[in-house]
Amino acid sequence: MIIRPSSDSSLLVYFGDRISPEVHRQVLRLVRRLEGARAVRNVHPAFASVLVEFDPRLTRAEEVEDLIRGKLDPDSGEDASARLVEIPVRYGGEFGPDLEDVARHAGITAGRVVELHTSVEYEVYFLGFATFFVYLGGLPAEIATPRLSAPRRQVPAGSVGIAGNQAGIYPIASPGGWRIVGRTDARLFDSQADPPPLLRMGDRVRFVPVAEDGA
Amino acid sequence: MSAIRVLAPGFQSTVQDLGRFGYAQFGVSASGAADALALRAGNLLVGNAENAAGIEMTLVGGAFEFEGATVAALTGSDLDAGLPLWTPLEIRAGQTVRCGATRSGARGYLCVRGGIGVPKTMGSASVHLLTGLGGRALRAGDVLPIGADAIRRPRMPQPAPREKAPQSTRHSLLRVTAGPQEEWFAGEIYAAAYGLSEESDRMGLRLRGPAIPSPAGRMITEGVPLGAIQVPPDGQPIILFVEHQTTGGYPKPANVISADFWRLGQLRPRDEVRFERVEIEQALDLLREQERWLYDLV
Repeated sequence: MIIRPSSDSSLLVYFGDRISPEVHRQVLRLVRRLEGARAVRNVHPAFASVLVEFDPRLTRAEEVEDLIRGKLDPDSGEDASARLVEIPVRYGGEFGPDLEDVARHAGITAGRVVELHTSVEYEVYFLGFATFFVYLGGLPAEIATPRLSAPRRQVPAGSVGIAGNQAGIYPIASPGGWRIVGRTDARLFDSQADPPPLLRMGDRVRFVPVAEDGA
Repeated sequence: MSAIRVLAPGFQSTVQDLGRFGYAQFGVSASGAADALALRAGNLLVGNAENAAGIEMTLVGGAFEFEGATVAALTGSDLDAGLPLWTPLEIRAGQTVRCGATRSGARGYLCVRGGIGVPKTMGSASVHLLTGLGGRALRAGDVLPIGADAIRRPRMPQPAPREKAPQSTRHSLLRVTAGPQEEWFAGEIYAAAYGLSEESDRMGLRLRGPAIPSPAGRMITEGVPLGAIQVPPDGQPIILFVEHQTTGGYPKPANVISADFWRLGQLRPRDEVRFERVEIEQALDLLREQERWLYDLV
């Protein structure tokens, strides 16, 4: 584990240089334990690191580093258990314009892509990049597909995508280069709720196919 | 309750406070005033809490009619309102404050005693333009309620402390500290001036200048703070601004210091910027100096 300044008011905590469930567990633990910490303004989790922003008028980097090291102790407190959330998805057609391309890339049928995509429990690695964007680990290797060479100008809200070996969900319409295989009607965030997002770090996710006729 | 009617919105005017903190772990950056120093100064002048919401105007200001008598302040960019900046202004019932095009800087703030009393989203009145969180840019006909954020008497009106007010010019020097990937670069960003591109917005300030060679190292997406300077493969740096993404995968040679964040909010398209590397201790000294200037206003 390495801690280094990212700016005059933030520290980056690196847990490693690769993406793995073990590294993710350490990221998750630190983010949960920093909840409500004094003078910490924002916490940005990612695959293998956590950025901790603090108010430099209220504290110093050395104090924040001590705080972080204190939270890393594996024996300091219980960690919340994971929830399982099912996300209904309409696959293919107008909802998943890249489903056929993912099938071609994998050398299998579109139906088999859907079977594989719905066959596993994913883990929410983190929410980041764009507002409420959900990064999921656990995509079956057979359907890993590179990003589009040119991003789309507009990806509809609820789009479910693949980028390399990651799965993800776009909670709001935005530009994006992920391969879109389907779309969900699930309400992915509610700005009046606390916390606002439906899916949170550490949650387990299963995609459930919805038939075209809504059955 | 008293209110402000938007007669003309200007080029791009939004309601902003100091931002929406604590939500970066859900991918939501703070947003908030692009020149937070000017917003805080305006609030202090009218006797508000520093975090009260004001109106942020960009390049061309709007026209605002005040229903009742109150105290207001104009800070930041000089938007040609024909009123003194950086000082409390007695406003009569029915008076209109009419701004024009910028004569210096990019963003002007209209702060009113009590603050703008719009509903808060996730703890903040700040509009996040790209996602619509917190609302949208102002339009003609909008009526803004005045809030209850007055916490002390306004400062007594006196000649504007013009010589002490932050000055923006078309050539800015931005002080920076080392970014997390500084060692991947050879100091290229300090070797030349960069121009601010027209494509800049509240999410990112895009610079144009000599391309910086793309470093060989491969990095995993990591958290990024306000003021981070990232270098994408085309070698043209981007300074992450108030509506920035919360994580990014481009290497960062440097990060603008907190005491110079206000300068970012005052950059206009085609302005020229240079970077100067300082140590963190120096950055914190500059921040303390700036905070003393701010509290000398009250």
